[in-house]
Amino acid sequence: MGQVIVITSGKGGVGKTTTTANIGTGLALLKHRKVVMIDADIGLRNLDVVMGLENRIVYDLVDVVQGVCRLKQALIRDKRFENLYLLPAAQTKDKTAVSPEQMKNLCDQLKEEFDYVLVDCPAGIEQGFKNAIAGAEKAIIVTTPEVSAVRDADRVIGLLEAAGFEEPQLIINRIRPDMVKRGDMMDIDDIIDILAIDLLGVIPEDERIVISTNRGEPAVADESSKAGQAYRNVTRRLEGENVPLMSLDVEPTLMERIKMLFGLRARK
Amino acid sequence: MDFLRLFGRDDVSSKDIAKERLRLILVHDRANVSPQFLEMIKSQIINIISDYVDIEEEGLEIKLTRMKKDEDATVPALVANIPIKRIKHVARA
Repeated sequence: MGQVIVITSGKGGVGKTTTTANIGTGLALLKHRKVVMIDADIGLRNLDVVMGLENRIVYDLVDVVQGVCRLKQALIRDKRFENLYLLPAAQTKDKTAVSPEQMKNLCDQLKEEFDYVLVDCPAGIEQGFKNAIAGAEKAIIVTTPEVSAVRDADRVIGLLEAAGFEEPQLIINRIRPDMVKRGDMMDIDDIIDILAIDLLGVIPEDERIVISTNRGEPAVADESSKAGQAYRNVTRRLEGENVPLMSLDVEPTLMERIKMLFGLRARK
Repeated sequence: MDFLRLFGRDDVSSKDIAKERLRLILVHDRANVSPQFLEMIKSQIINIISDYVDIEEEGLEIKLTRMKKDEDATVPALVANIPIKRIKHVARA
């Protein structure tokens, strides 16, 4: 029996879909787990594009729920990664086409057959959010080091706790070590201190994410990507391995090197 | 003298500002306190204490904030600032 994990954030644009794609691919690629990713963002599907599977969609989640097709028919098998499947969202319907009970049934069916069922949650806290969390027993919250994203993450953590989720875990995405060092971006400790939940991983800002999304190939499979490395670490942590946070040190700037020469300590 | 200041650098880093703003925002969010709710508290407080003292209603201020409990823990606190014009005689009797 597998587990159902919802990836959520409250705020849009913080990297839920990228995170779902990378964790899903990571679990299949590195750990040979049987994984299905569900795009729960009905009306605004994106996970198919991030995964590069947009041309292979025949049926979608709403078709399955409404009995237009069998579940198996709607699952897209990723030919590049063994054991990785996608259940795409519908693009022409809206979120009221599915109810939380139907989502729960769907997740229950899928976890019979898969080790991991990852649900990519839409932004917001309304019906789409309620659908996405209905069948899940674990939650991963994605935030960025910005006031608005952390605030929304806090709200979502409260809602998840009220819905009976025991220990949601946090991924801090798009952190910029150079800005943290200058004191112009909240660091990991600041955010954990405020949200008071367990940290699952920290993903540095990385141009290669843009490139990998352009290509439809998740960065977790890209050896040269820092964010990919961070997602590989997250994958291993999910599987119970104890992986230390990767170092996010930046090269000292010219000014700092000069100061070091003169024996002045660089600002933290 | 901190020569960085010559280049227009502020003393408070922007991340500390972000953190402090977030703390305050979350006190309100978590307590689920709406402005109407604070208004209700305000009018009840006025009702009760005006039996004993004359207060300046325009100057009355009620807000939710954080207070230091000990070294590193803070708790939400309701702070009321109530300017008193005069103590009524009934209160002294």
